[in-house]
Amino acid sequence: MEIAYFPGCTLKTTARALETSALAVAKTLGIAIKELPSWTCCGTCYSLAEDDLIKQVAPIRTLARTANLGYSILTTLCSVCYNTLAQANLFVKAVPTRLEKINAFMEEEANYAGNVEVKHFLTLLQELGAEKVSEAVKRPLSGLKVACYYGCLLLRPQNVAIDDPEQPSILENIMKSIGAEPVFFPYQVECCGSYHTAVKPEIVARRAHLILENAIENGADIVVTSCPLCSFNLKERQKDIKRLYPGFKGLPVFYFTEVMAEAFGITKILKGI
Amino acid sequence: MRLVLKRQDDLLKKVEEISGENVFACYQCGKCSAGCPMSTEMDLLPNQVIRLLQLGANEQLLDCRTIWLCASCFTCTARCPKGVSLTRLMEGVRLVLLRTTKEDQVSPKEMEKEFLPQVALISALRKFTT
Repeated sequence: MEIAYFPGCTLKTTARALETSALAVAKTLGIAIKELPSWTCCGTCYSLAEDDLIKQVAPIRTLARTANLGYSILTTLCSVCYNTLAQANLFVKAVPTRLEKINAFMEEEANYAGNVEVKHFLTLLQELGAEKVSEAVKRPLSGLKVACYYGCLLLRPQNVAIDDPEQPSILENIMKSIGAEPVFFPYQVECCGSYHTAVKPEIVARRAHLILENAIENGADIVVTSCPLCSFNLKERQKDIKRLYPGFKGLPVFYFTEVMAEAFGITKILKGI
Repeated sequence: MRLVLKRQDDLLKKVEEISGENVFACYQCGKCSAGCPMSTEMDLLPNQVIRLLQLGANEQLLDCRTIWLCASCFTCTARCPKGVSLTRLMEGVRLVLLRTTKEDQVSPKEMEKEFLPQVALISALRKFTT
């Protein structure tokens, strides 16, 4: 069954590496995902107001188009898009009048009936099973110690969590199935500072320092993540961390799909690690 | 800190309406503040934000930095033993301020000039502007 794929803005720019590697991984594993022919902003960051329906229009428009094309599942790679689309879906399904009003507002779209399921790509991999992933491995990453970073949006709030909000294991299981060794990493669910990176980068640098030091203390060679914003904060803010904490050594950060593509023999980016 | 206790319910009512949360379900155990990753940057602790709402001490609350530092990571909500979503209450206070003052908390000019992921720009503008 073909699954609709919603890329979101950042996957076409700073997170290009996430999209390219994930599409290659999906192809290798035979997961049929296809980009939606027309998509808009996902509507991030998700509005927590009960009384502001206009903020829900962008995600519901995407879900309406998905349903109208005959898809029942929509997948995303970006954690932010996943969270926004999944929360908006639950928000309109909870109270029928919300959906009625939004449908009436989007008169140019076919009505949305709440019948699309939003699934992150990690969930699709979990459903496929660790064995299938292992079978595709051409270059096992044995000896590679990986710190799996989830951040917030895949795990909280609980009604859209893809795994246990406090002790998740979905990324660890995938890393094990490609031969890598996940390390103990208690800071894996701590917020990286998110959008504050655009306004107060020093706050994000302090957050990222705590997270990365925890990975280093536990012997990680690399950090993997699925979120373009966490990735930017953990990777690009390292220059700010070095300015604030001169002893900081640095740690490479990759998308989990980049590491999978490496194990499947598609790319060679982990040389020297 | 000494509070001026002229109880004002208007803010509380509006915040509860926007967030859909019951402020008085909180019994001040402080678990939200214990787990908040941003607490070291804050002037008021997260549980103090709820306490000020309960007391109707609006001036102290509306002047604080804390509500703007909360990045909606939902750690407090995931751990609250009373099922209160402080994350939603914080958004409620932010929105009351943005809607009543019509003052943006940040302008695009003040934002970092480096090549940021769009998702950071969009999220920041959504949280900090009317």
